[in-house]
Amino acid sequence: MTNHWVDIKNANLIVVMGGNAAEAHPVGFRWALEAKTRNKAKILVIDPRFTRTASVADYYAPIRTGTDITFLSGVIRYLLEKGAYNKEYTLAYTNAALLVNPDFAFNDGLFSGYDAEKRKYDKASWSYQLGEDGFAKRDDTLVDPRCVINLLKTHVSRYTPEMVETICGTPKDAFLKVCEYIAETGAHDKTTSFLYALGWTQHSIGSQNIRTMAMIQLLLGNMGMAGGGVNALRGHSNIQGLTDVGLLSQSLPGYLRLPSEKETTLETFLEATTPKALADGQMNYWQNTPKFHVSLMKAFWGDNATAENSWGFDWLPKWDKGYDVLQYFEMMNDGKVNGYFCQGFNPVASFPNKNKVVASLSKLKFLVVMDPLVTDTSTFWKNHGEHNDVDSASIQTEVFRLPTTCFAEEEGAIVNSGRWLQWHWKGADAPGEAVTDVEIVAGIFSKLKALYAKEGGAYPEPIMKLSWAYRDAHDPKAEELAKELNGKALADIPDPKKPGEFLAKKGEQLPGFAALQDDGSTMSACWIFAGSWTQAGNQMGRRDNADPSGLGNTPGWSWAWPANRRILYNRASNKPDGTPWDAKRTLIKWNGEKWAGIDVPDFKADEPPGSKMAPFIMQAEGLGRLFALDKMAEGPFPEHYEPFESPIGTNPLHPKVVHNPAARIFKKDAEQLGSKADFPYAATTYRLTEHFHYWTKNVLLNAIAQPEQFVEIGEGLAKEKGIAHGDMVKVSSKRGYIKARAVVTKRIRTLKVNGQDVHHVGIPIHWGYEGVAKKGFLANTLTPFVGDANTQTPEFKSFLVNIEKA
Amino acid sequence: MQVSRRQFFKLCGGGMAGTTVAALGFTPGVALADTRSYKLLRASETRNTCPYCSVGCGILMYSLGDGAKNAKSEIFHIEGDADHPVNRGALCPKGAGLVDFIHSPNRLKYPEVREAGSNEFKRISWDEAYSRIARHIKADRDANFVQKNADGVTVNRWLTTGFLAASASSNETGWLTQKFVRSLGMLAVDNQARV
Repeated sequence: MTNHWVDIKNANLIVVMGGNAAEAHPVGFRWALEAKTRNKAKILVIDPRFTRTASVADYYAPIRTGTDITFLSGVIRYLLEKGAYNKEYTLAYTNAALLVNPDFAFNDGLFSGYDAEKRKYDKASWSYQLGEDGFAKRDDTLVDPRCVINLLKTHVSRYTPEMVETICGTPKDAFLKVCEYIAETGAHDKTTSFLYALGWTQHSIGSQNIRTMAMIQLLLGNMGMAGGGVNALRGHSNIQGLTDVGLLSQSLPGYLRLPSEKETTLETFLEATTPKALADGQMNYWQNTPKFHVSLMKAFWGDNATAENSWGFDWLPKWDKGYDVLQYFEMMNDGKVNGYFCQGFNPVASFPNKNKVVASLSKLKFLVVMDPLVTDTSTFWKNHGEHNDVDSASIQTEVFRLPTTCFAEEEGAIVNSGRWLQWHWKGADAPGEAVTDVEIVAGIFSKLKALYAKEGGAYPEPIMKLSWAYRDAHDPKAEELAKELNGKALADIPDPKKPGEFLAKKGEQLPGFAALQDDGSTMSACWIFAGSWTQAGNQMGRRDNADPSGLGNTPGWSWAWPANRRILYNRASNKPDGTPWDAKRTLIKWNGEKWAGIDVPDFKADEPPGSKMAPFIMQAEGLGRLFALDKMAEGPFPEHYEPFESPIGTNPLHPKVVHNPAARIFKKDAEQLGSKADFPYAATTYRLTEHFHYWTKNVLLNAIAQPEQFVEIGEGLAKEKGIAHGDMVKVSSKRGYIKARAVVTKRIRTLKVNGQDVHHVGIPIHWGYEGVAKKGFLANTLTPFVGDANTQTPEFKSFLVNIEKA
Repeated sequence: MQVSRRQFFKLCGGGMAGTTVAALGFTPGVALADTRSYKLLRASETRNTCPYCSVGCGILMYSLGDGAKNAKSEIFHIEGDADHPVNRGALCPKGAGLVDFIHSPNRLKYPEVREAGSNEFKRISWDEAYSRIARHIKADRDANFVQKNADGVTVNRWLTTGFLAASASSNETGWLTQKFVRSLGMLAVDNQARV
């Protein structure tokens, strides 16, 4: 979230789309209701199902799963056509006026530069026109046809209300009603907050779903505003924190990345990862990348990382491509993987095409599962009848199952969706011999290091030289690790503004990331966490819930990255001249010398209003991007592509390019895609209020609340198939089947799409063959093994099934 | 039963029932005989965060056991933290069941191994678990570590073993995991943010 949970109360309009906050994030959703009661806000829900969120909404519009880009592009078209957007904001704070490369084009579903064989784009033309000074050209009169906003107008012109109805199945009048609500918040003193979750990410076009919404927020002038922003309601309690510390194939902590094999030296790597400013007078904060990177390397390898060895550059693995989980299970299925660790992760339940996942794990030499609970993954080798029909004797995988503590039995920080690092404390010992994940990792590492010390082996340097300065090498403490994440001074760090004074003395915890250096005199494992554990102690444990402004900012509660800033891009809550767009939402003010206010300014503190510096300081041109340059895989503007399994089998916009042309799909998985002839119904998976993923099937109270697996269908489909409420049904895709009770409901209606009826089948995910709830089938038996072109997040939310009475 | 003034106030403060009974005119002696103080009053209170979704609701965990060496503390009640600015004391149906997560019959208690082709887990010691896993890692890494790619560029990567990290674990766990996997040269590293 650029904003945070409590801030939702400041919105005038809350659009819930691609999520179901009332059921998946019930307590957070109370702030949407608070907005409704205290701020007279309206709530809109756009969803294939009439969810519990819809039940408290002011307006509900149905939509076919997988067509959100069409709907949102239609909204953009409406806003631009009616002029119902914040024009001053759009001109000053977005790249609307910047000129695009003359070679950039879009024709018949493809952008310029497409290579059909590689299914990839050459993105050279997805760029600005640059002047002789190296800066992007702009036309503030917006007359030049190559202005971003003019290209955008042309691009979205196809998304008429009629086209929205054809593709989405949303009746035209319902769509226009939503447009009217959203357009009202283009006013300076009104904001919209969009709440979304996995209903937007789990598509082959997931990233562009979110991008389309973010463009609307830029046009409405909602970025940086209290009650606005882009608010991902993230799925797990620390999915934000694990992303922050870079536990993804090509990532490093703090949104730095691992070098590729093309970046053969530290210099070429830093050159590639440190952007040059694209406009005059910009902060371009990523220009500090070398400071963040070198400080991280000092955290990895301590004194062993030196200027002479390029801070240990060779010790980092270099990638040739991403090894995301779809890629890796494809390799595993091909017999190219020997070992796998699952730390609090249940891939048999959580990954698509469960039968492929089980077959892949069966080819491993060893699997290590660390978890507080019995997981389906840990017993994938066991025959569980129809739910997991395998031959144990033929599975040669050695499986280690290691018991870990749960949340209540350990301490540390987790990061909520609002970027708050909240420290928690241990309340009891773990059962039996269970230990923390940290102790397990340290236990394995100590044994391994001893083996390398004794026997030698393949390239032991990065292991032997890894910094491991913990009081107990076998059990590093959360406090020690948290202090490393914050970082400390390795030498006295002089204050450049005050001669003779120091930002930090040698050995001290750093006050913030502004103190980081690129000469090895500072270490910090995650630069955006600098400030979380300072000389003043653990900031993440703070518990002052005072809210002096009444806007819900609570700056003394826990600690938010970056720099305890609660609303990102908050300079944009003021006009270029420094006055707020809406006085009631004043976050920061210019006091004649610097910016100050109820939030930490997201700007150069002493840069006066009216200067050239624009508010999006992480961008090379300082502007919000309506045109994404080369940052997306499938195009700088969002475009509707059908799910890989489409119930209409065509793309009404461009029948020759039906699906995302840049999405990766492996050959065997493409063969396992079903057609609408065999599998006519649009399926989607989701959570229930009473359960959390596959954990709570182990929890008695939740198992009692929702004991048995079911699927939801509308009355139209039930009648067509002769299915009655409570019947057992078999739901099948090209990849497998599940059996469950049928819930026949008015909540799912038949939609008219591209001239045909489309029925949806709703599939809650929470059952499996392990747990204290009734045994059930893993919903991901049905889902396709294809992901978003940028993130490779699987398309769990849009696929095809058939349904019949069991 | 004799009740001192001090005990009387403790009794009234400790249980609303005591106050009510006393207010109705019963003697403190009868009141003490009829009620006991709430278990929460003898409990230790520990602040934590709900481990499910990302709202990050504050929770208060109540455990018995006074911290003495032989007293095993056990959490018997969890409720929302009323001071927390986001949840203000509330919990959803997921969070309201947390105490049953801690005491789930499916909690794992001991390290185990399922040998190749076997149909069961058997209990092993931590030392055996660490030793065998370290041996597996070393054998696979030594056999398959790639120091240079086909062009002779130093790549120092190990692709035949992968690691899924837990997005319910703490930042601190995540950082140690990051150090561990990258020092070994692993690239097949992901967490639930991928799916």
